[in-house]
Amino acid sequence: MATRHQTTLARLMVAPSVLLLLGWMIVPLGMTLWFSFQSYNLLSPGMERFIGFLNYEYFLSDPAFWTSMRNTLMLVGGVLVITVGGGIALALLLDQPMRGQGMVRILVIAPFFIMPTVSALVWKNMFMNPVNGLFAWMAKAVGAQPIDFLAEAPLMSIILIVSWQWLPFATLILLTALQSLDSEQMEAAEMDGAGAFSKFTYLVLPHLSRAITVVILIETIFLLSVFAEILVTTNGGPGYQSTNLTFLVYSQALLQFDVGGASAGGIVAVILANIVAIFLMRMIGKTLE
Amino acid sequence: MARNVSETRRWTVTFIAWGIALVIFFPILWTILTSFKSEADAIASPPKFLFFDWTTRNYSEVQARSPYFRHFSNSVVISIGSTLLGLLIAIPAAWSMAFQPAKRTKDLLMWMLSTKMMPAAGVLIPIYLLFRSWGLLDTRLGITVVLMLINLPIITWMLYTYFREIPGEILEAARMDGASLKNEILYVLTPMAVPGIASTLLLNVILAWNEAFWTLNLTTSQAAPLTTFIASYSSPEGLFYAKLSAASTMAIAPILILGWFSQKQLVRGLTFGAVK
Repeated sequence: MATRHQTTLARLMVAPSVLLLLGWMIVPLGMTLWFSFQSYNLLSPGMERFIGFLNYEYFLSDPAFWTSMRNTLMLVGGVLVITVGGGIALALLLDQPMRGQGMVRILVIAPFFIMPTVSALVWKNMFMNPVNGLFAWMAKAVGAQPIDFLAEAPLMSIILIVSWQWLPFATLILLTALQSLDSEQMEAAEMDGAGAFSKFTYLVLPHLSRAITVVILIETIFLLSVFAEILVTTNGGPGYQSTNLTFLVYSQALLQFDVGGASAGGIVAVILANIVAIFLMRMIGKTLE
Repeated sequence: MARNVSETRRWTVTFIAWGIALVIFFPILWTILTSFKSEADAIASPPKFLFFDWTTRNYSEVQARSPYFRHFSNSVVISIGSTLLGLLIAIPAAWSMAFQPAKRTKDLLMWMLSTKMMPAAGVLIPIYLLFRSWGLLDTRLGITVVLMLINLPIITWMLYTYFREIPGEILEAARMDGASLKNEILYVLTPMAVPGIASTLLLNVILAWNEAFWTLNLTTSQAAPLTTFIASYSSPEGLFYAKLSAASTMAIAPILILGWFSQKQLVRGLTFGAVK
């Protein structure tokens, strides 16, 4: 039994991390909230004043906001569909007996360890560049007109780059989950005459549901704040075509120095993330324990 | 596995899997190859895959053009520093949550996880302004503390899942034998906890090395790690494919190697112990 002394000690040991995280959450968030009601521009210091909800009015009525909102959801949704769908397919493939499985796994997981600025620049210059990129050369080789991916389909291109980074993650998690599937169960199903499709729907997919949920949760956390990939490829452009909410807040604060407006945007981003988080936590709560 | 698989099928699967794996890996391979080309060969059309004049000049030129090794050592200091600092704070917390769970422990862990969901955009402005007035912008100390804070939930969770697997009976036995709390920690827990701590360290160094929101926003030159340095190649005047590739290869190589060693721990750490 824990004595009172031990309980106190246990609290003391947990305290630093809780206090730090609490401080990290509450202090800046409180400040963002405070700024969001101020007219506050870094270019005119000393002119701060309370303006109520005006920043929110401006931010929410700005067409850039709705574009970036749509882009945020398309980016998260698009990457999730590609990586979870592709991840399931790849995991099923890699789970089959084959030669050199370890090496294949190593090659497939590699993109996850590449820093975002490197992968974005490599894709931008060496693959998607309309003059010197490999894609342009491939297009010319078959007699087609090279496409300037980042100018003509900026958001799709960024979705592609980010998916390349996250597909390995989904594959690795799903493969790990798949390998814990009871092979006797599979054999029993085969003996009962279950086809590949029904084995997948009634055995594999339910077994993977927990891992899929986790993949969606973790990826969503990171995908809501995709930033570096946008900064080094398109800078949010052309126009606002590839600006997500994170990037919009960044550009309003650190490029246009509009602290008040950017703070209102930050609060909107927090609210959006919370709505998503509530959904996800419900999902996770159901699948975890 | 008692199931028989036909040889043909095994070879078909092998063929398809290797094909897909090579496509996925190709951008990395291409970067490494390009880093050994001259700038002219790097943009040659048709592209030169293996038959070009191999040169290591780009590697020395990257350092000559910029203080590459300063950025490299910044990355090392920041990623290892933030992880060690995080471990220092998280180990006691995870230890006590695993061995003396209170009623609220589960909620507390969930709350820690939820702090990861707060979008960086929501706190960027105050952190930037506070750092500016405290003189922490573009300092190793500032960025190290921020990276420690953003990885603290993951570190705590990971350690918790490892510590929880240490059987409590061993502790009880040690106590029966009259071990003091100090001896309990030193001789019983530490040896059993070291593998878990090592895995946590590895994964978090990787995450911190590749972190590219806070490093891009809070560092510019003096404290800039490789993420920020590589981003400087995005300006058109900095566009040299071979040099970009050399700088990139050096930036990703150490972490790629560490990463390959940590595959198993990666799954566990990033799924908060839900998938093992």
